[in-house]
Amino acid sequence: MRERRRRGFGIAVGLLLVAYPWIFQQPYPRDVMIRIFLYALLAQAWNILGGYCGQVSLGSAVFFGIGAYTSSVLSLWWGVSPWLGMVAGMGLAVLVSQAIGYPCFRLRGHYFAIATIGIGEIVQTAAINWDTIGGARGIWLPIKPETLANFQFHRAKWAYYYVALGLLTAVFALTVAIERSRLGYYFRAIREDPDAAESLGVPLTRYKLVAMAASAAFTALGGTFYAQYVLFIDPESVFPTSLSILICLVAVLGGVGTTWGPALGAAVLVALSETTRIWLGGTGKAIDLMIYGGLIVLVSVFQPGGLMALLGRLARRPGGPAASTPVAVPQGTG
Amino acid sequence: MTAEVVAQAVLSGLLMGCVYALIAAGLSLIFGLMEIVNFAHGELLMLAMFATFWAWALAGLDPVLALPLATGLLFGVGWVIYRGVISRILGAPMLAQVFATFGLAVFLRSGAQFLWTPDFRLVQNPWIRGRFSLFGLFVGAPQLAAALAALLAFGLLYWFITRTETGLALQATAQDRQAAALMGINTERMFALGWGLGAACVGAAGALLANFFYVFPDVGAVFALLAYVTVALGGFGNVAGTLLGGVLIGLVENLVGLWAPAFKYVGVFCLYLLVVLWRPQGLFGRY
Repeated sequence: MRERRRRGFGIAVGLLLVAYPWIFQQPYPRDVMIRIFLYALLAQAWNILGGYCGQVSLGSAVFFGIGAYTSSVLSLWWGVSPWLGMVAGMGLAVLVSQAIGYPCFRLRGHYFAIATIGIGEIVQTAAINWDTIGGARGIWLPIKPETLANFQFHRAKWAYYYVALGLLTAVFALTVAIERSRLGYYFRAIREDPDAAESLGVPLTRYKLVAMAASAAFTALGGTFYAQYVLFIDPESVFPTSLSILICLVAVLGGVGTTWGPALGAAVLVALSETTRIWLGGTGKAIDLMIYGGLIVLVSVFQPGGLMALLGRLARRPGGPAASTPVAVPQGTG
Repeated sequence: MTAEVVAQAVLSGLLMGCVYALIAAGLSLIFGLMEIVNFAHGELLMLAMFATFWAWALAGLDPVLALPLATGLLFGVGWVIYRGVISRILGAPMLAQVFATFGLAVFLRSGAQFLWTPDFRLVQNPWIRGRFSLFGLFVGAPQLAAALAALLAFGLLYWFITRTETGLALQATAQDRQAAALMGINTERMFALGWGLGAACVGAAGALLANFFYVFPDVGAVFALLAYVTVALGGFGNVAGTLLGGVLIGLVENLVGLWAPAFKYVGVFCLYLLVVLWRPQGLFGRY
């Protein structure tokens, strides 16, 4: 009964998402949804490494930027299709993630998090000073005829909408597959107690590297989408540490280590920042950011498990079964 | 590149390093007590700098006189932050703690922008200004004063923690909060004191920096980033280690800055990575 209701709810949400561009014909509501999809995708990518595997990284922007720059540079120099560029960017991101992860996974807790911030800053500075790829000026992507092969759609946002929805669905499906596979159990074992996991024969570094590879590849995917959507990238927009923190924040707000937390976090965060911006912002007064910061504090203080934990608590009825998704939260690995 | 230029960079690095160390000492103290990284540390510094600036702009108080005010004010702010936010999330997962302080940072920074606009401000004609020549090297008077005062504050903090009864109680709480509570130490109070002292460190540092640094809402960001690296470099929770960490970072920043100004922070982060890859617990970390 409960399972059927959940499935019905899922199908309804899915249909609503597919029908959304017909209901809302204006570019603005479509743009809002596209950004929600992008943040949900990035947060889910972070969630694989930070949520399931418990390795808190604050360097996602490195892979986002690699995705954005690889496809853009290939397209600019040799006219390579952004779709191929996307695959190339994912490949490069995986390589870089392994090069970063292999030495850094010796570090635990805060030391690891600060190392990833440091690497992010180093990469951003390098990109700013690397003139071959545009340096601090960034890259304007050449405008091409709008076709699916060119990954450019100028007159209507609905095409971007469906591309983003498709990518998001793919990433979520893969995450669910990982979560249910042996790999998912290894990740959670590493998160809960690395020493115990190792003593049971889970090679720590190898599986952390696998989690990081998946996370980096999905983040790079988001980077290419961003580049094709905005058609302009520079180190300030695709490599900043603030982006890494925002990605992590979306996942934390929604619920770390849960399947739907990143989507929920992205929806709430984008909706919140849009409404406060429309009602209060636009004058450089930053009052929207004040509310946003205050809300983050409140959620952390009163609902440390994120919004999914809140939903789980609300859904729990007396006499009924407990919320079907156990909300697990990684403990600090200090 | 002559020897004088290098010596000049070393000197500047040493002076700034002392201020970095004082900022990082507050962070390290708080972490050592309760294993929480305060991501709003830079914003506390910003508040201290604004407090100093407004004391000068509105009341005509020189930063030298505003120093004790800013230190005391920030002590109160730290205490309030502990009581209002941190004491509720002591047992929460690390990520919730990180984001509580991060949210606080966003709140304080945008609050400052809302109240005082993003303009850059500078204290005009403070008492300590200008520069003088020492063995052929130029020394900025405010920088030298900041470094000396930072060292003094650092020494006071160290004396307080290791020599007074309250300081020992603080250390006992850091080592084992349950055992400390059983010995009759009010650990809640120690935590609040730790936050007060940690914030007071940036209070002093902020007043010293306001002598020669622009004051604006985002000013804390760079200093905070350097403070995290300093603390991790010295070893989380080791207050004395942060002094060496801070000086090292000041030196690397200035020496790399000589050779490639755009890459000075890259040098700092590379130093951090090299150190923690060699010693994952930092130079003087316990674990």
